[in-house]
Amino acid sequence: MNSASQVAALDMNSAVPQPQDYEYVLEVINARKEFPGVVALDDVSLRVRPGTVHALMGENGAGKSTLMKIIAGIYQPDGGEVRLRGSAVELPTPLTAQEAGIAMIHQELLLMDYMTVAENIWIRREPKNRFGFVDHDQMRRNTLELFNRLNINLDPDAEIRDLSVANRQMVEIAKAVSFNSDVLIMDEPTSAITEKEVAHLFDIIRDLKAQGIGIVYITHKMNELFEIADEFSVFRDGRYIATHASTEVTRDDIIRMMVGREITQMFPKEDVALGEVVLSVRNLTLNGVFRDISFDVRAGEILGLAGLVGSGRSNVAETLFGVTPADSGTISIKGREVSVSSPHEAIKLGMAFLTEDRKDTGCFLPLDIQENIQVAVLHDQYVKGGFVSEAELENASEEMGRKLRIKTPDMQECIENLSGGNQQKVLIARWLLTNPGILILDEPTRGIDVGAKAEIHSLITQLAHKGVAVVMISSEMPEVLGMSDRILVMHEGRATGILDREEADQVKIMDLAAQ
Amino acid sequence: MITRTATAPGEVPVMASRKRLPPEVSIFLVLIGIAAFFEILGWFIVGQSFLTNVSRLQIIILQVSVIGIIAVGVTQVIITGGIDLSSGSVVAMCAMIAATFAQSSNWPKLIHPSLADMPFFVPLMIGLAVGALAGFINGWLITKTKIPPFIATLGMMVTARGIARWYTDGSPVSGFTQSFTLLGNGLDRWMPVVIFLLVAAIFHIVMRYTRFGKFTYAIGANPQAARVSGINIDTHLIKVYMIAGLLTGLAAMVAIARIKTAQAGMGLMYELDAIAAAVIGGVSLSGGRGRITGTVIGALILGVMLSGFTFLRVDAYYQDIIKGCIIVAAVIVDQYRQGKRSKKT
Repeated sequence: MNSASQVAALDMNSAVPQPQDYEYVLEVINARKEFPGVVALDDVSLRVRPGTVHALMGENGAGKSTLMKIIAGIYQPDGGEVRLRGSAVELPTPLTAQEAGIAMIHQELLLMDYMTVAENIWIRREPKNRFGFVDHDQMRRNTLELFNRLNINLDPDAEIRDLSVANRQMVEIAKAVSFNSDVLIMDEPTSAITEKEVAHLFDIIRDLKAQGIGIVYITHKMNELFEIADEFSVFRDGRYIATHASTEVTRDDIIRMMVGREITQMFPKEDVALGEVVLSVRNLTLNGVFRDISFDVRAGEILGLAGLVGSGRSNVAETLFGVTPADSGTISIKGREVSVSSPHEAIKLGMAFLTEDRKDTGCFLPLDIQENIQVAVLHDQYVKGGFVSEAELENASEEMGRKLRIKTPDMQECIENLSGGNQQKVLIARWLLTNPGILILDEPTRGIDVGAKAEIHSLITQLAHKGVAVVMISSEMPEVLGMSDRILVMHEGRATGILDREEADQVKIMDLAAQ
Repeated sequence: MITRTATAPGEVPVMASRKRLPPEVSIFLVLIGIAAFFEILGWFIVGQSFLTNVSRLQIIILQVSVIGIIAVGVTQVIITGGIDLSSGSVVAMCAMIAATFAQSSNWPKLIHPSLADMPFFVPLMIGLAVGALAGFINGWLITKTKIPPFIATLGMMVTARGIARWYTDGSPVSGFTQSFTLLGNGLDRWMPVVIFLLVAAIFHIVMRYTRFGKFTYAIGANPQAARVSGINIDTHLIKVYMIAGLLTGLAAMVAIARIKTAQAGMGLMYELDAIAAAVIGGVSLSGGRGRITGTVIGALILGVMLSGFTFLRVDAYYQDIIKGCIIVAAVIVDQYRQGKRSKKT
């Protein structure tokens, strides 16, 4: 593409689709996709109108990702067809899809860290000067023009690695728009950004809608559905269930469609007799990250840690567990002051820590379920003279697997092949096997389906019954409100308040979290 | 739901039964296939059998033994997600230093002219200690200064070779005591094989049934998750590199006891042969996957290839070209297997 046609391509007016020409900008008709031994998509259809946000809903493993990958040219369907602007298209590669006007914003953003914003957006389409070299000035101007139209305020010369997740997302969106895409696919765009950034993102999405772009939006968050989506389609077990306008249904209707069963109790909070104080934290400080955090947790109590992403919640959890030892302040367990300078010590003190990021700090992806479960108990239990008591451990992990209802043919299955919810259960099993007295959970149900979520919630309640002191971090307000006995709210590294279960509500928490 | 395993290539679908076939089975089949290939070509081209020649088989397995001992240590390094480029040079360093303690009085002694004849275990222990020290330095550099294993062991590779040359000003050392040479020629000349198989068996058990082994896999699979699971990564990695160095020292002792001389230039490219044996045996360079049995078969494949091409009188230059292609092919197969795995969402 030469630079002249690029500038022309930037002119939005020429690209606005004419809605009267076709009713749907994107249609997927009777798509079928099989993997060895599994039907991932079974006669699935999807119709997206121009200028609307169409949400895809479904439990993990429902087939949403497979469907998206077909639309984006990453997978080839085994049956059915894709129609773009009313006519059938073949999408043998992601590049053809991109050139046909379908852009996908992946959950894990695919940008080049050591290149600038402008270079990332115009890669492969760099404007050239008359000597055939890249014209950086022109590229910068094109970028600014694009940003102006999208209301994005970023420096085109900034390197990607210096940007926050939200800003990287903005770059991805700008890049997608620069292709004059008619269809934009967004895979859980709000999973890693703060509430304020979500608001900005939604503004941009509304702009894109107004420009006639059809947006396919995947999310697990119900409130987003009502806020941003015009229509939604529900999938279950690789099959299409229904499409509705988001105004005509309630949250419960959707959940019912997704799981195919009534969830009577989303949060089975039960009154648990609280015991003595197990964990007591005073003035815990990690320089430059958080300071003066103090709280007590009793046996059987669930303490919720609320706050926006970046408020230091996860850092407090990491410090409690010795991942990043504190600079000052004290941690006492059952009245005795302890020093926790490594996770190994924390485990010996009876602590367990389910980390926020399943892939980065949780799963050993190449290893099997059994190996994933046993790793935290190899310190003294189940090990005699350096040798691991295999049979004993196998029984223990199998029992744990049954108790948590991990769906798998057997314990020798590679954890990589499990769904997100089942992986999470394996990680919980790892920590339950250590018989913890203090359980720290960081986003225990992030990115997992509604059914598994409910199971994990009732499991946490059971543990509280057994007298485990639980510290639970969650970005999902209903989860924090539904599960916690008390809620500690953080803002920019400081504790801004502790709310009792009775007095806590969404407004009070937001008030403390946003100050 | 897409939670079931699909069958990976080369694996037999055994979903119903609890025990799966280990991946080594396919590598073993490759070994059989290569041996059969040489057997058939042997009858056609040379007019004799490749496999039924006992002395040839002995030479194959003796050649494999030294590389094999190193490869066992390197395997555990690769499983942690690291690499050890220093093995070949450390062989030379250990050999030169230990050899000067293994000389018998019938010969002019190079560094320690007035030294009495030492029992075989003195030079052996010195060789092991020098190897372990080199490994410790590798591990310490990697964990404490956070430089990549590639660089740390590259530095050791150059340094150790330099020390080997400097130690005797480049002169070879020979004239070992009778008891020391038994390390390479004892048990009717099968000693290197016995030591290799013993080392392989011990580390097979260590990697599969001990905490040390489980932690090694965990660190390679996901170092951050390993840390949160209470594993002290630094100490563990130092141990892993020390063992790799120790086994390299052992390999050096076996090698010089067998050929009855130590030279500063020996062990050239051994590190690459050891890494190749591991990789051909299915040990994944991205860490977390692989077994000692695979490495042993990988080493045998290398040995059979070498001997087979010599048997067919293929020029040595071609041998290297073919060897290079096989190493690359093994990594391609590994990548392909991993690609299959990650494609299933």
